[in-house]
Amino acid sequence: MNMTNPKKFDVKKIRNDFPILKRKVNGKPLVYFDNGATTQKPKPVIDIINKMHTELNSNVHRGIHFLSDQTTQMYEAAREKTRAYMNAKSTREIIFTSGVTASINLAAFSFGEAFVKSGDEIIVSEMEHHSNIVPWQMLCRRNGAKLRVIPFDENGDLLLDEYQKLFNERTKLVALVHVSNSLGTINPVKEMIAVAHKNNVPVLVDGAQAIQHEIVDVQDMDCDFYAFSGHKIYGPTGTGVLYGKEDWLDKMPPWQGGGDMIDRVSFSETTYAQLPSKFEAGTPNYIGAIGLGAALDYLTAIGMENIKRHEKELTDYGLEKLSAIDGLKIYGTPKNKSCVFSFSLAGIHAYDIGMFLDKMGIATRTGHFCTHPIWERYQVDGATRASLALYNTKEEIDYLCEAIKEAKKMFD
Amino acid sequence: MTIDEIQNEIAADFKKHGNWFEKRKYLIQIGKSASPCARARASGDNLIRGCQVSTWFYSESKDGKMFYEIDSDSGIVKGIAVLLARIFSGQIPQDIILSDLKFVADAGLEEDFSPVRANSVLKIVGRIKETAAASLR
Repeated sequence: MNMTNPKKFDVKKIRNDFPILKRKVNGKPLVYFDNGATTQKPKPVIDIINKMHTELNSNVHRGIHFLSDQTTQMYEAAREKTRAYMNAKSTREIIFTSGVTASINLAAFSFGEAFVKSGDEIIVSEMEHHSNIVPWQMLCRRNGAKLRVIPFDENGDLLLDEYQKLFNERTKLVALVHVSNSLGTINPVKEMIAVAHKNNVPVLVDGAQAIQHEIVDVQDMDCDFYAFSGHKIYGPTGTGVLYGKEDWLDKMPPWQGGGDMIDRVSFSETTYAQLPSKFEAGTPNYIGAIGLGAALDYLTAIGMENIKRHEKELTDYGLEKLSAIDGLKIYGTPKNKSCVFSFSLAGIHAYDIGMFLDKMGIATRTGHFCTHPIWERYQVDGATRASLALYNTKEEIDYLCEAIKEAKKMFD
Repeated sequence: MTIDEIQNEIAADFKKHGNWFEKRKYLIQIGKSASPCARARASGDNLIRGCQVSTWFYSESKDGKMFYEIDSDSGIVKGIAVLLARIFSGQIPQDIILSDLKFVADAGLEEDFSPVRANSVLKIVGRIKETAAASLR
C-alpha cells in the first residue's frame, strides 16, 4: 500500500481528470459540493467502464472462454486492489456488494443470525446514518435484541465516557460511523474499537464518508467489519465493499442464496462456497467492481496523504469563511472534522437556500441527510450541506460564501 | 373571478419579473405579505410533512364553496401556497377538481412543482383536490 506520494498536489491538474467539472449548470460553472451524496468520476474510471462494455464484457466465474477469463481476472484484481487499499490480510475478507447499505444489511443479517439472541444489545451512536441504524433495528425486531445509543455533545463529538458505560455481558456488537455525513466528525474509531475489544465485543465501522478522505488501514484500526460504497470514492454507483475478519465471516451464514455462492446443491442439502463467494450470490456488478479498482488506483497514485492535506486546508478555510457570515450556524465543530459543512441561515429555510445556490451553479444537499436523530438532537428540521472532495478549491468556497450572502439579501 | 381568470392574473404579474431571481424575490414577498395562517398552524393534524419542507394546511367548505389557508416554513413554498389559496379559495369543488394549474408554466414556476425538488407543493395541490372532492361526499 503506497499512501504517500511525494509529488505536489496540483488541484488544477486533478480537476482536468473529472470531465463533469467542466460543465455549466444554470449558466454558471458547476461548483460541486454534494460529494457526501456521491462523488464525480475521473477519466480512468469512465474509460475502464466504457472499455469493459465495448471490448471485454462477459460474466465472471462461469465461462471457460477468453472473455470470461479476462473479466474474471480483472474482477479478482479489483478485489486485490481493494484489499491492498484497506490493508486487509486476505482477499477472502473483501466482499463486493451493491453499496454500504447492502454491506451493513448483510452484516446485520448474517452476524445477527449467528450471534444475536433475545435480550442481547447492539451499540450504535446518535450520529449514525439511517443505514447504520435501521438494519440493526430490524435485527432487534427479529431477534428480540435492543439498541443502545452513544450520545454526542453540542460540538458533535461522541461522549466516550458514556460509550464505556453502555457495555455489559449482553453487548454483542458496536456499529459505529467513522466520519459523520452530517457533522463531519472523524470519530476516534481505533480507540473506540480497543474499548469494545476489551469488552470482547466486535465492531462494524461504517466508512461511507471516511474511505475517500481518510487513510483506512483495517489491520491497524483492528475493526472486525468495515463497510463502504464505491460511488462515494470516485467509483461507479452500485458498488460497495464489506470487509470482515475471516474468523467472523467464516462463522456467519450466507445472507442471500443463488448462483456462485454454493459448493454443491441438492434437494436435501446445499453446501456453501468458500469466502468471499459465500456472500456474493448471483452475478456480481463486476464492471462496477473493476471501475472501483480503477478509482482506488487513481487515489493511490495521487497519495492519500496529499489528499488529506488538501482537504484539511479546505476544511480549515471553509470553517473560517463560513463562520464569518452573519447569521450562519455550522452544525458540527468537533475536534477532528472532515470537509463537510452543514449549516443554517437565520430566518431562511434550508430548501430555499439550496434552490438559490443551485441557480448559482452550486450543488449542495438540503434536508436531514438520512440522519434524523442528529437533527432531533439540535431540534431543527435539517440544514444545508456543502460536502467537499479532493477536486474542490478555496475559490469555490469563496464563491459559496458570496452566494450565501446574496441569498440573505433575497430572503431578508 | 374564475380559477382561470385568477391564474391569468398571476401569470401576468410574474411576467413583469424577468429572471429566476426576480421571480423568486416576488414570490417570497407574496408569502411574507400574506396574513398569518393561525388556523392552519393550530393543529398538528394540519401538518403536511414533505421530504424537506413542513407545510400546514387548513380547508373549510362554506355555502358550497371551498376556502384554504396554507402556511410553510420555506419562503418559496409559502409564496406558492399563498398563490394556490388565492386561486382556489371561494371556488366550487367541481371547478377545483377539474382545474389545471396553467399559471405554473406561464409564470415560470415549473421547477417549484417538480416532483423531486418540490414534493411539498404537489402534496398541497393533492390536498386541495382531495378536500374539494371530500366536500361533495
